[in-house]
Amino acid sequence: MFLALADVFAFISRFFRELFLPPYEFKEIIRQCYEVGFRSLLLISTTGFITGMVFTNQSRPSLAEFGATSWLPSLIAIAIVRALGPLVTALIAAGKVGSSIGAEIGSMNVTEQIDAMEVSGTNPFKFLVVSRVLATSITIPILTMYTIFVALIGGFLNVNMTEQTSFTSYIQEVFGAISYVDIFASSLKSIVFGFTIGMVGCYKGYNSSKGTEGVGKAANAAVVTSMFLVFIEELLSLQIVSSFR
Amino acid sequence: MNSAMNKPGKTDENSVISIRNLRKSFGDLHVLQGIDLDVKQGENIAVLGRSGTGKSVLIKIIVGLLKPDSGSVVVLGQDVEQLSAKEMDTFRQKVGFSFQSSALYDSMSIRENLEFPLVRNVRNLSRADVDKAVEKALDDVGLSQTINQMPSELSGGQRKRIGIARTLILNPEIMLYDEPTSGLDPITSIEINNLINEVRERINATSIIITHDLTCAKTTSDRVAMLLDGKFERVGTFDDVFADPDERVKQFYNYNFVN
Ligand SMILES: Nc1ncnc2c1ncn2[C@@H]1O[C@H](COP(=O)(O)OP(=O)(O)OP(=O)(O)O)[C@@H](O)[C@H]1O
Ligand SMILES: [Mg+2]
Repeated sequence: MFLALADVFAFISRFFRELFLPPYEFKEIIRQCYEVGFRSLLLISTTGFITGMVFTNQSRPSLAEFGATSWLPSLIAIAIVRALGPLVTALIAAGKVGSSIGAEIGSMNVTEQIDAMEVSGTNPFKFLVVSRVLATSITIPILTMYTIFVALIGGFLNVNMTEQTSFTSYIQEVFGAISYVDIFASSLKSIVFGFTIGMVGCYKGYNSSKGTEGVGKAANAAVVTSMFLVFIEELLSLQIVSSFR
Repeated sequence: MNSAMNKPGKTDENSVISIRNLRKSFGDLHVLQGIDLDVKQGENIAVLGRSGTGKSVLIKIIVGLLKPDSGSVVVLGQDVEQLSAKEMDTFRQKVGFSFQSSALYDSMSIRENLEFPLVRNVRNLSRADVDKAVEKALDDVGLSQTINQMPSELSGGQRKRIGIARTLILNPEIMLYDEPTSGLDPITSIEINNLINEVRERINATSIIITHDLTCAKTTSDRVAMLLDGKFERVGTFDDVFADPDERVKQFYNYNFVN
């Protein structure tokens, strides 16, 4: 257990060491960003939209009891910006991106592609791990902003249908409810989520056991571990942010 | 005969690869337990041994992919363990490694696979130079038509040949082949054997060929070395080694040439 923890720590510190040492694999980083974004876009668009819509619909009865359905937009805004947007994005990305990173690097490990890179004068850690972790840390916050946007649209459609709220007043209430602290905290949180997903996927893949079953195990462990960590981080961020508010 | 060739403790100046008392364990698993080996310039040597005896581990130590526990590995006059990261990169350009699993990059086309070692090691190459080198390397292994395909579209034998072409693109002085014919049918195996011999003539390479396949060992090598219990128990010409009445050697021979 402690050995494994030391191993993880060594892996993460190697990331930060190699992050700043040249040569930089810009081309590979950009390619990975594109992959991460592209792979999860469709899924995120639908889940984000549905989340916004369903959340709005389910919150309405409780507010209606107090005759406070006019608060719905601000409630939606706070819930989506602070919690649902980052969380939904991270979970989708963990499932889509985390698993494919784990499987891809795992199979490269099993079929000696990582060794082949090393004998070809390329640092495989930098080429594979650093580029992917950077890509998830950059792209997942952007995806989160996108999810928030789509979820707010979903929420709007729902209030528009039921309460006939106009778009301008919806937007006004949304921006009235959230502050820069919220946006900043969410962005920071998504960077941490993205870093976690990339790191876990790479670590599991890089340390996969030899043989084809090692690849499957790496992909699976990448998803399970990163989802678990995302929830733990969500909990921690709750503590941290509320101490600032 | 084998002590005359491998004097323990002293590296032979004429050898390109010189290994002394090499040991490597993984936990309680003692894989290499005192390997001595000398390979001379231009010589091809086949390493035979059962699965799991540490043949792959041995050549991975030679290119510095794994670190030995003790002993010395001197290749092209350099102690592999003492090389700095930069020296290691230069050293590895001189050593071609054909992997047991071919190790083609799945996410790249054949062209990109072949370019990879070139563009990563040689600065200031023009596009035309790279294309020319790639085309020549593919032509040398007779697979020009695959240039725009992905590795997953190729057969096992084609993948092996592309893997060899990829290592040849840097004109290595030493070639290390990890089971070049494993998993291939007899005819494709013979093609690979011929390719190994062509490579030898073309670049006058010194080679270590790891194999289970005695036909491959016999046709491609000057000497064979038999890895038994973590040591080279038998080193010599093919016929000398297999004239040995030792059960462990005989078993190996009988399996390969069962009639
Ligand atoms: N990186 C590693 N970590 C732990 N054990 C290893 C490692 N590499 C190899 N081994 C172990 O060392 C032993 C020898 O492995 P090696 O791959 O060299 O065998 P081999 O002789 O090439 O066999 P094969 O003919 O099946 O390829 C095996 O038992 C293997 O499990
Ligand atoms: Mg092997």
